[in-house]
Amino acid sequence: MSFVKHRSTSDRIVDFILYAIMTVFCLATLFPLYYVLVMSLTPYAEVMRNGGFVIFPTKLTLEAYRTIFDSARIPQAIKITIFITVVGTFLNLLVTTLLAYPLSKKFLPGRGIVLMGIVFTMLFSGGLIPLYLTVKATGLLNSLWALIIPGLVSSFNMLIMKTYFENLPQEVEEAARVDGCGEVQTLWRIVLPLSLPIMATLGLFYGVTHWNAYFGGIMYLTDPKLQPIQVVLRSMIQTPSVSSELQVNTTVLDALPPETIKMATVVVATLPIIAVYPFLQRYFIRGMLIGAIKG
Amino acid sequence: MSTPNGLLNRTSADVLTTKRRVLQPLRALKRYRWYYLMMVPGIAYYLIYHYWPMAGLLIAFKKYNILGGIWGSPWVGLDNFRELFNTPDFFRLIKNTLVISLYRILFNMVPDVMLALILNELRVKWFKKWVQTITYGPYFLSWVIVYGLVFAFFAPEAGLVTTWMRDSGMQSIDFLTNKDLFRPMLIITDIWKSTGFGAIIYLAALAAINQELYEAAVVDGAGRWRQMWHITLPGIREVFILLLILRIGHILDAGFDQVYIFLNSRVLETGDIIDTWVFRRGIEQLDYSVAAAVGLFKSVIGFLLVISANKLSKKVGGSGIW
Repeated sequence: MSFVKHRSTSDRIVDFILYAIMTVFCLATLFPLYYVLVMSLTPYAEVMRNGGFVIFPTKLTLEAYRTIFDSARIPQAIKITIFITVVGTFLNLLVTTLLAYPLSKKFLPGRGIVLMGIVFTMLFSGGLIPLYLTVKATGLLNSLWALIIPGLVSSFNMLIMKTYFENLPQEVEEAARVDGCGEVQTLWRIVLPLSLPIMATLGLFYGVTHWNAYFGGIMYLTDPKLQPIQVVLRSMIQTPSVSSELQVNTTVLDALPPETIKMATVVVATLPIIAVYPFLQRYFIRGMLIGAIKG
Repeated sequence: MSTPNGLLNRTSADVLTTKRRVLQPLRALKRYRWYYLMMVPGIAYYLIYHYWPMAGLLIAFKKYNILGGIWGSPWVGLDNFRELFNTPDFFRLIKNTLVISLYRILFNMVPDVMLALILNELRVKWFKKWVQTITYGPYFLSWVIVYGLVFAFFAPEAGLVTTWMRDSGMQSIDFLTNKDLFRPMLIITDIWKSTGFGAIIYLAALAAINQELYEAAVVDGAGRWRQMWHITLPGIREVFILLLILRIGHILDAGFDQVYIFLNSRVLETGDIIDTWVFRRGIEQLDYSVAAAVGLFKSVIGFLLVISANKLSKKVGGSGIW
């Protein structure tokens, strides 16, 4: 790498420009998140004093968060979302594994037909309306299961997992079989412990999808008590006042501008993702690359 | 191995093959029963939530009524499609869908490549790592949250940009309900959200380039630009073409999640896409048949496009998607 050290002036200028562009891009990525956090924490009086917006607040208050968590709607929506994320991710992983494992056995008769059937669903679908009518016919309308069961397996994730299983050393499994393990036991005791990285990756994929899900809530649920946090957040942002959405006493809200409460809700809906992100990122890159190569 | 076996095989070969044809699947079924049992929930899921809806597409050829359901409603042939092609909405939808998709191809793929190229030039390791970590973070935020951020900046009363414009005496614009600004808003927020993540795949392609090529180029006296032009860009060409073809295959998917959240009644003219129209007409107005007809139209065209895109990518890049 000796060529790196000899740099001409024009090289230095180019480098400077590149570093500058990247710094600006990073700040542009972070600033909206920072601004929303500040908005949610700044007292109303200070906002007014500064003519509508504050970038470096001198005083912080948790009033907006207190209002949110005292309301009827937000804690309920968070509970719903946590339920869907936990139960949904568990079922996603269970059914995906049970499907991917046999499909990773190249000797299994009928494997090709099942795989083709699954890949076909990635290319052609009935579309929105027939799916809605199916969900209706299977009795899931206005039930939380409507947010879990219609998306039980992601074909993409399933194929990634299948590829992972195919690359595991077959000798270990064969040894387990010789020692008298059945297929189920081999999967549970031998394959699963070897598959923790892929389980973590896909678990995070599925988990983030559930946490971010709003469309199922809009389409299948009319009962406001069942709405997940993203749906509540969306309707909060789109209504000028927040009192009807929050179902709290309007006098409490007089002290706070609706924007502050909306921004606090954005922060609450974002926080879990930001909290798990440091753990996700390494896995996600690997998962994405596997997917990109084997797609 | 031994002679008796070979003799036996030859004498009763016909009987054996017929027997095998009948028995083998049954034997496999018994021998691998646990594997097949494991697959039951997954296969049932695909049959119910993927293949049943495909059969449900029949309602595109029927006049749906609630009492009859999909199966009991009367056939109307191609009436729903005729109605569709006769509404002025239809061509607006196709146009919006295509335009938004093309914008996305143009304005998302280029920043992805540019970010990857710049990251590739950064020599300070820790800086590069930070840039990557920060820029692909927003990919994991939902579109609802991104809309919340947009709202913080562009809300008509209290948004940062709106307030700033008002304070500095400019004519205030309502960004969220302006039909000329709808598409730029989509594209800019999409760049913000997904460029970091989109760069990853190009970075992988860049990492796969043989470093000796660069050293040889330096020996030959190639500067930074020539290296980029003759080694780096050809190194990612294949990935770029593959992704481009894939995207063209999905050109009728203009990004429902994002468009649905950003859409409002004032920007329908430039923002309404096939998917959002299907949702409104079907789920909100309960006109299942016409909505399903549009859905079918889109699925069939999309299917043909993806199949041809794959063929094309095999021809151009040597490797298809499957």
